[in-house]
Amino acid sequence: MKDKPQYTKEHLLYLRGLKRKGLLVNAVRVAVLALLLIVWELAASLEWVNPFITSSPSRIAACIADLYQNGNLGAHVFTTLWETVVGFCIAVGVGYLTALLLWWSEVFRKIAEPYLVVLNALPKIALGPLIIIWVGTGSKAIVFITVLIGLIVAILNMLNGFMETDENKILLLKSMGASKWQILKKLVIPSSLPAFISMLKINVGMAWIGSIMGEYMVSKAGIGYLIVYGGQVFKLDLVMSAVFILCVLAAVMYAIVALVEKLVIKNR
Amino acid sequence: MKEVLRFDNVCMHYHTKQGETVAVKDLSFSVKEKEFVGIIGPSGCGKTTLLSLAAGLLTPSKGKVENGGVSFGYMLQKDELFPWRTIEKNLFLPLEIKRKCTDENKARVLALAEKYGLKQFLKSYPSALSGGMRQRAALIRTLALDPNVLLLDEPFSALDYQTRLSVCNDVYAIIRNEQKTALLITHDISEAISVADRIIVLSKRPATVTATHALDFTENEPLKRRENKAFSAWFELLWRELNA
Ligand SMILES: Nc1ncnc2c1ncn2[C@@H]1O[C@H](COP(=O)(O)OP(=O)(O)OP(=O)(O)O)[C@@H](O)[C@H]1O
Ligand SMILES: [Mg+2]
Repeated sequence: MKDKPQYTKEHLLYLRGLKRKGLLVNAVRVAVLALLLIVWELAASLEWVNPFITSSPSRIAACIADLYQNGNLGAHVFTTLWETVVGFCIAVGVGYLTALLLWWSEVFRKIAEPYLVVLNALPKIALGPLIIIWVGTGSKAIVFITVLIGLIVAILNMLNGFMETDENKILLLKSMGASKWQILKKLVIPSSLPAFISMLKINVGMAWIGSIMGEYMVSKAGIGYLIVYGGQVFKLDLVMSAVFILCVLAAVMYAIVALVEKLVIKNR
Repeated sequence: MKEVLRFDNVCMHYHTKQGETVAVKDLSFSVKEKEFVGIIGPSGCGKTTLLSLAAGLLTPSKGKVENGGVSFGYMLQKDELFPWRTIEKNLFLPLEIKRKCTDENKARVLALAEKYGLKQFLKSYPSALSGGMRQRAALIRTLALDPNVLLLDEPFSALDYQTRLSVCNDVYAIIRNEQKTALLITHDISEAISVADRIIVLSKRPATVTATHALDFTENEPLKRRENKAFSAWFELLWRELNA
């Protein structure tokens, strides 16, 4: 891979075609977004629609600039980001370890199964009032809800990944005299890496749902709080701005996971 | 010559919720040192069970498996190389499992890899190798712990016909070269005839021995054997026995 390979003319043409197609797709993507923003902006400024209700790109930009100047933007973003990331890490970490335990012991697995099924089906938000009473109304409660929403999904996804380990490879390791611990370390964990990555991706979404829902219920700061507050005082510019910021943050977090994926499973 | 493996009236029953399966019944045979034994039997008759019993991964429900403390190397239908490890790391896997990752052992494995044409692939991942090369790597991995007896469970059946013939030839040569005892399980009669010193025919499930034949070829190379006149006679005989 070090020296540059020699390609035939035909292959170069093919590569160029591939590149051109990629560029075209990207260009259209950007164009669609730009068109959407322009139509939105025009519709609002020409008053085809009521800009008070639909807001507009320029109003959103102004609103974000305003938040930024008041010095609140950073604090709100940081609050939500912190709750999301902490909730995400705890859900993923605890979920992974629990799944390992369940993989290890068939008895535990059998015992836990009905609980997992019920907890998975339960809309976690129903526990809201209880959580407020148990943990209070601060960031802690929001992290708690975030963990609750992500945890069961993390456990089920990871357990699935562990259980899908190739039986023949297990047999092979056993024939070499491997202990269960060695089977776990040498085979089950590395072979479930793709499942781990897809679990991370799913849990990014779960964590945002958890933190925003949590903020709807109890918070005094954060992006979810801005959305609720904006709705209550009918400042829809604020709601739209908060949603926009949320989009950006979620995309960045997803991109980080995608980067991790690239680094970790480049050889398969 | 010394016996390295002996089955004495071995029975094996599997218990599941659906019921009891008798996979092996009153099975008796023995394998001598450096012998290459082919075992043929209809599919699902209990061949894999037989190898697991031989390797001590299963304990028989009845009877006795004696393997006099010899060590086994297992080779499966697919190469089962770990895709996240380089070929070199795959070859070292048995050493890691047995905590015998000494420089000396590593050097021995690398020497085997070099001797059998894997040197240029050591730093590659398995996905970069052809099916035949991968199976060869799997064999070297099996040889890493220098086992006395190789247990081969249809090791070529996942390969296409052309590759199968040549890989079979290679693997056979390596096993003879390294002077190993081997137990090859296959449902391919011609494959068994082309490599084995002795062929054991198994019945339908539950598996038991229906016939044993010592092959008397003068040449030992699989591809040469296939050209021998006696080959088709053996094939017909075994075909009839297998389908009796
Ligand atoms: N772990 C197990 N639990 C229950 N039944 C089993 C188990 N392993 C194998 N069996 C049953 O035992 C019988 C023999 O299986 P085995 O895998 O030994 O046959 P085989 O000759 O290797 O088959 P194949 O030709 O498909 O490789 C089959 O009927 C199978 O369903
Ligand atoms: Mg089998």
